[in-house]
Amino acid sequence: MTIDQEIRKYPFSEAPGIDIDPVYGLLRSTEPLARVQLPYGEVSWLATRYEDVKTVLTDPRFSRAAAQGKDQPRTREEMTYEGIIGLDPPDHTRLRKLAGKALTARRVNEMREGAQRIANEYVDEMIAKGSPGDLVELFALPYPITVICELLGVPFEDRAQFRIWTEGLTSTSEQLMVYAEQLFGYMGKLVAQRREQPTDDLLGALVKARDEGDRLTEQELLSIAGVGLLLTGVETVSTHIPNFVYALLTNPELMAQLRADRSLVPAAVEELLRMIPLNPAAMFPRYAVEDIELSGITVRAGEPVLVSLPGANRDPEIFDNPETFDFTREQNPHVAFGHGPHHCLGAQLARMELQVALHTVLDRFPELSLADGDAGVSWKSGQLVRGPNKLLVAW
Amino acid sequence: MTTVDTRWTVTVDRDACIGTGVCAGAAPRQIEIRAGKASALAPETAPDEAVIDAADMCPMSAITVRDAASGALLAPEE
Repeated sequence: MTIDQEIRKYPFSEAPGIDIDPVYGLLRSTEPLARVQLPYGEVSWLATRYEDVKTVLTDPRFSRAAAQGKDQPRTREEMTYEGIIGLDPPDHTRLRKLAGKALTARRVNEMREGAQRIANEYVDEMIAKGSPGDLVELFALPYPITVICELLGVPFEDRAQFRIWTEGLTSTSEQLMVYAEQLFGYMGKLVAQRREQPTDDLLGALVKARDEGDRLTEQELLSIAGVGLLLTGVETVSTHIPNFVYALLTNPELMAQLRADRSLVPAAVEELLRMIPLNPAAMFPRYAVEDIELSGITVRAGEPVLVSLPGANRDPEIFDNPETFDFTREQNPHVAFGHGPHHCLGAQLARMELQVALHTVLDRFPELSLADGDAGVSWKSGQLVRGPNKLLVAW
Repeated sequence: MTTVDTRWTVTVDRDACIGTGVCAGAAPRQIEIRAGKASALAPETAPDEAVIDAADMCPMSAITVRDAASGALLAPEE
């Protein structure tokens, strides 16, 4: 049976707006381990069932380290240094532990007040400019950049420049390499300053780990601090804020429910995370290091498996009415942040920032609407994440 | 007391646990995810740096490692 399976082109179609291609649901029930061919790399398995997805993400017989040097199934031709996501425990543990300490629920909660202040400042400016306005440009982008700047300890006067680099890095700009080089150079300078004058911020802690414990190489240090935290810490939240607000504006009953009961905001964030994939297409294949069975099919040692997080998040075996937004679910064990050793390092920070963002939008815009319907919304395309890059709202 | 005899206890606060699976990745011989939450495979374990890592890495600080004899807190770091 495995030999006869059709090889499907992947990623599947780009569904409009915040939807996902219905083929994920079809595969989950009829072909739980599909064969897929990405634009580059070898043919891969694609798991769409919740239990299989969790197995691939946690079972040590599925390896990220074993993927290094392979012709990995991927959407971009080049294969770059993968950093922390290219490692298995225990090597992975060494890196993860250092950055993880700054991002525990307790540490993140201490940052909530600061995040709220930053969010209010940008909304103040947005309101001062007058309705209508682009929520992405005026709020969803600058807010998480500033939160990360404070976390890393980027001085206030450098933030405007920092924003140019960050936006450059997250766009498809041809200047990408120039920006990346400038940003690396800048981070190198911040690191040097911390060598002379130690600081308590996250960058200071990473420098200390590098210099005293010899637990980080210089490349790891800059890779984690510069590109890692920025790309993963900014692009994600700045994409999901407009995704979430768009979902609420196009589902007015959900907006009304949240306005009526603000204690639902944390649960709403989880449900929005479950339903709206940041990246509908699967990435980072795991390679089987021995033969292992998934949904009755044997994955041979040396074969890659991709997991569909959106597929798992709509599995009816786990979620009642999986295709429906429900802010009152008692259990919501979604895997939007992944699962296992590579579970999103910044998940708690993302949750906090998204909760603060929703509260701020609800507080400050009691009469929010799309200013020009779907004509005022444009969507990113050809990028690693999907969401509006413009969301024109009126209030 | 010799190190041979030293035992550690690993406990999971199942109310705090959100089931990320980070711990099970770091310490697969001592911790598993059961019914969506972390669970120690045995109430006590031989000393192993992996469980310290697991406790330190949990974003919810839901895992506690103590010396079984003295009750001294070994992880997470404050």
